[in-house]
Amino acid sequence: MIYEVFRQERKGQAFAHAGSVEAPNEEFAEAYAREQYGRRGESTALWVAPRDAVHEIDDFADELRKNYHRVDGYPLKEKLGKARELAAKGPRGLSAGAG
Amino acid sequence: MDAKEQEFLDYVQGGGQVETEDWMPDEYRAKLIKFIEMHGNSELMGVLPEREWILRAPTLQRKLALTAKVQDEVGHSQLIYRVVEDLGKPRERCLDDLISGKSKFHNVFHYPTKTWGDVGVIAWLVDAAAIISQKALLKCSYAPYARIMKKICWEESFHILHGRDVVLTMMLGTDEQRELVQEALDRWWGPLMQFHGNPISREEDPMYVWRIKSQGNEEARQQFLDGYVPQIWELGLTVPDPKLRKNEDDVWKYSEPDWDELKRVVTGHGPKTAERLELRRTSREETAWVRRAVLAEAA
Repeated sequence: MIYEVFRQERKGQAFAHAGSVEAPNEEFAEAYAREQYGRRGESTALWVAPRDAVHEIDDFADELRKNYHRVDGYPLKEKLGKARELAAKGPRGLSAGAG
Repeated sequence: MDAKEQEFLDYVQGGGQVETEDWMPDEYRAKLIKFIEMHGNSELMGVLPEREWILRAPTLQRKLALTAKVQDEVGHSQLIYRVVEDLGKPRERCLDDLISGKSKFHNVFHYPTKTWGDVGVIAWLVDAAAIISQKALLKCSYAPYARIMKKICWEESFHILHGRDVVLTMMLGTDEQRELVQEALDRWWGPLMQFHGNPISREEDPMYVWRIKSQGNEEARQQFLDGYVPQIWELGLTVPDPKLRKNEDDVWKYSEPDWDELKRVVTGHGPKTAERLELRRTSREETAWVRRAVLAEAA
């Protein structure tokens, strides 16, 4: 059976995938993970999980092109340039603008 | 090559990386398995020359360090065989093919370790040559292999320090000890120069074409010479090649390595090939009952 191993390098950090071990049961998986990923003090903690228990999702639908909740949905450069030009013309320029 | 394969090739050549579950051409998968399996074999066979010296190490500290290094290298082979398994070839079949001589392992592990000087030179220079190849694999187009290489390179970096420490200690010792290092260097120089392979251009190297490797053979050898020849010279050691020098264009010139020897050795005709494979075979047989008992217990 294949077990996936995740390691935390320092306290407070996120766990990251380290690799996998093949083991007949959990007890062996833990022993192998310890040997492969924890023996030199390179990890503060490990997570060991059967590969089947990890569900990968890699299809993220964006049919509506929902860019309003992303940084790239707000290209302000052009608008800002125009706004500055307008402001430079003084108060009359501003009042002439449309709401 | 059909359009889908061409697209894949363009993708990896453009620096794209591939995961286990992604579609890949059969040829790419076959090349990956062959390359990574040979690496796993080499880690496993590479411990045998050093293992011979665990019982004869000069101090307890050296004995512990050497044992730890052997454990690391076997660990590397386990990690690497895991990558091969996920590509479709089980570890047991890798071991079958290794023992039967069907698959290969690196040339340097087919030679004897005559003295403690050899242990120092192997741990320093053979590991240095290996780490140059391995660092270039950090950019491998097959991402699971590239990722595992990060951990391996990290461990190899202190193996080199261990080797350098062994060599420096001997160089600071008696004339006899210095002689042992020089003799070992004389023995290992040929295999070291062959290690990175013949200087075919990288565009003709299928492993580069698929971006399994990220550098050509000669680039790796030049990098080795550049990094290590000055370190060898500064200790007062002589490199056994009268033609070795660095030209004004920063390119190292050297005597043509013996490519026939390389071919003979990696096809299973090295001085220690048969003996070491036999040791692998018998130890696998002798420990089979442990695996059977443990697996039955765990099931």
